[in-house]
Amino acid sequence: MSVNGGNKETLLDIRGMEVHFETRRGIARAVNEVDLTLYKGERFGLVGESGSGKTTLILALLRMIKTPGFIAAGSATLDDGTDLLKLNREEIRRVRLKRVAMVPQGAMNSLNPVMRIGDQLMLTIREHAEDGEIPDKHTQLKQVEELFYRVGLKPAVARLYPHELSGGMKQRACIAQAISLNPQLILADEPTSALDVVVQRQIMQTLRKLQNELDATVLLVGHDMGLMAQFAERVGIMYGGKLVEVGPVEDIFHNPQHPYTQLLISSIPNFEIKGEFRGIPGVGLSLLDPPTGCLFHPRCPKAIDRCKSVEPQLKEVAADQLVSCLLHEEDQHAPAS
Amino acid sequence: MPPLLEARNIRKVYHGGGQLFGGEVSETVACNDFSLSIDADNPTFTTIAGESGSGKTTIARMLLGVLDPSGGEVLYQGQDVRDLKKDGQQRFRQDVQAIFQDPFEVYNPFYKIDHILTTPIYKFGLAASKTEAYEKIQEALRTVGLRPEETLGRYPHQLSGGQRQRITIARALLLKPKLIIADEPVSMVDASLRATILAGLHTLYKDFGISFIYITHDLTTAYQVSENIIILFHGAVAEAGSTEKVIKDPQHPYTRELIQSIPVPVPGSGWIEEDIEEKEVEDLDAEVHTSGCPYALRCPAAMDKCQEPPPFFRTEGERAVSCFLYEESPVLQGNDLHEVFRERDR
Repeated sequence: MSVNGGNKETLLDIRGMEVHFETRRGIARAVNEVDLTLYKGERFGLVGESGSGKTTLILALLRMIKTPGFIAAGSATLDDGTDLLKLNREEIRRVRLKRVAMVPQGAMNSLNPVMRIGDQLMLTIREHAEDGEIPDKHTQLKQVEELFYRVGLKPAVARLYPHELSGGMKQRACIAQAISLNPQLILADEPTSALDVVVQRQIMQTLRKLQNELDATVLLVGHDMGLMAQFAERVGIMYGGKLVEVGPVEDIFHNPQHPYTQLLISSIPNFEIKGEFRGIPGVGLSLLDPPTGCLFHPRCPKAIDRCKSVEPQLKEVAADQLVSCLLHEEDQHAPAS
Repeated sequence: MPPLLEARNIRKVYHGGGQLFGGEVSETVACNDFSLSIDADNPTFTTIAGESGSGKTTIARMLLGVLDPSGGEVLYQGQDVRDLKKDGQQRFRQDVQAIFQDPFEVYNPFYKIDHILTTPIYKFGLAASKTEAYEKIQEALRTVGLRPEETLGRYPHQLSGGQRQRITIARALLLKPKLIIADEPVSMVDASLRATILAGLHTLYKDFGISFIYITHDLTTAYQVSENIIILFHGAVAEAGSTEKVIKDPQHPYTRELIQSIPVPVPGSGWIEEDIEEKEVEDLDAEVHTSGCPYALRCPAAMDKCQEPPPFFRTEGERAVSCFLYEESPVLQGNDLHEVFRERDR
């Protein structure tokens, strides 16, 4: 894939990100020492089961973590040196939408129910305009129509209220809002999980088209492996708040290296296998009482003794493929996949 | 011997909308003329598949007798479920069990797991003594792959979603049902556990001869577990028959669109690039009001004839398609979809 070879410029560099939640029973490390580099113009898929920290990670990037959660450590640096995790309230407000935008999961809960769709978008345009450069109403309207055209909505939708829109139209309106200020990074949190598959495909194609037009980076978060296979160029797998494997989408699906990824890939149902069921043994971990060593070792069929005590680090095992597994730290023990 | 459960031309119309602010009263046909019979002696595993709003949960609720049909009737052993007397009611509630979507909502957080398992034993008088009751509970838990010592004595919040869903299956099992209606039983469960739960349901069908009606929007899991499938679109059955045939070689234009829309887990297979027709995209999931084929408005093959409701054409032994494209095939007599279904291999 072109993005993975040749000149890739870094857009966002996440180093040592830690997001903790304080509970009565102790601290839960929802995002645990995550290092991740996103390149300009790429589509990156972040996969994990519920509770793996994938949504927390993107909320932290926009600084939308609410108490009892807090960003405990780390940095997330944009290409111009801005560290998203260190900005103050006003600074992060200026970054939102203009540089980093989000397409939410539940589009129905993300629009103001008592405001016309067009007015909501015009508000966005005004709120985020540079000081003293607020465009006049006519220009704002023109901009909204232009945005609607790009996401596949008719201009008449501007006069409608959210409840008059179908689920797919609402998600399109949210995408229009997200791209309204030409961001370089679009964070999409399961944007189609509430939609029907036919509509899902259209929305994802629209998102893909816009990503191309804007040359933006899309970080797609979700657990639908089919969607990831089709949309993402690179995929990262999270387990218990940690990134356990990162690689090009073909490698993740055809040659996964981490035992968790291997089980995850083999558990995807498809139209080839009937009456056969493969899952991942054991139960998910508790963030309040995580196992020592590798977080996955209690469920891992390939675990060795050292996995109980030694915490693996994310290391490059092949070109562009990073894996956090002790089996890969000792080259001679590399598991057959 | 009448079938265990039979839906005869059931229909459900919801009225509503607009009254508060003086608008027009709208009618939503959630289910239009649905017929299906489940025979206890010949178990079947049938999926009812459809997108949100297609009426699949409405059908499940009518089959369970918790929602009255606006037309037609649901019969348990030949008797309308609304007219069942006390003992008939009791047998119906034992023979036909339900598993619901959300394993978090079905538990009372103040009771230990034991409570949800002992209640049916007590209510249905399934055990003569406490010891026997616990033996039965332990057996049911083991059947669904849970260790009794790790489950009993605990509170719901101490168990994972997958464990809770398996306990609801164990509870259904205790009653030795003949039919289990499972409404999206794995949609709230993580992918890694999904397989375990589906495997459990499949075993109950294969080894215990329990019939299943599996309600889902996910055709990949439907393909994995079920032998027969019913594809719903806006309250009407588009296509029904053997899962293998319907999914691998869909005939109804809607089924085709649906299956092409599924993102397959194979990178680079063109799902995102391929241009789909950009016609009126925003109206796709709007309400449909027509007396004819509900898919006609969107259908690339629509004809004038589609203004009338299409009957089921039996295009082959194990398939019925409600579409005039197949009008040369014989019409399915009596509308009962059971006719085209495959029974458990013996």
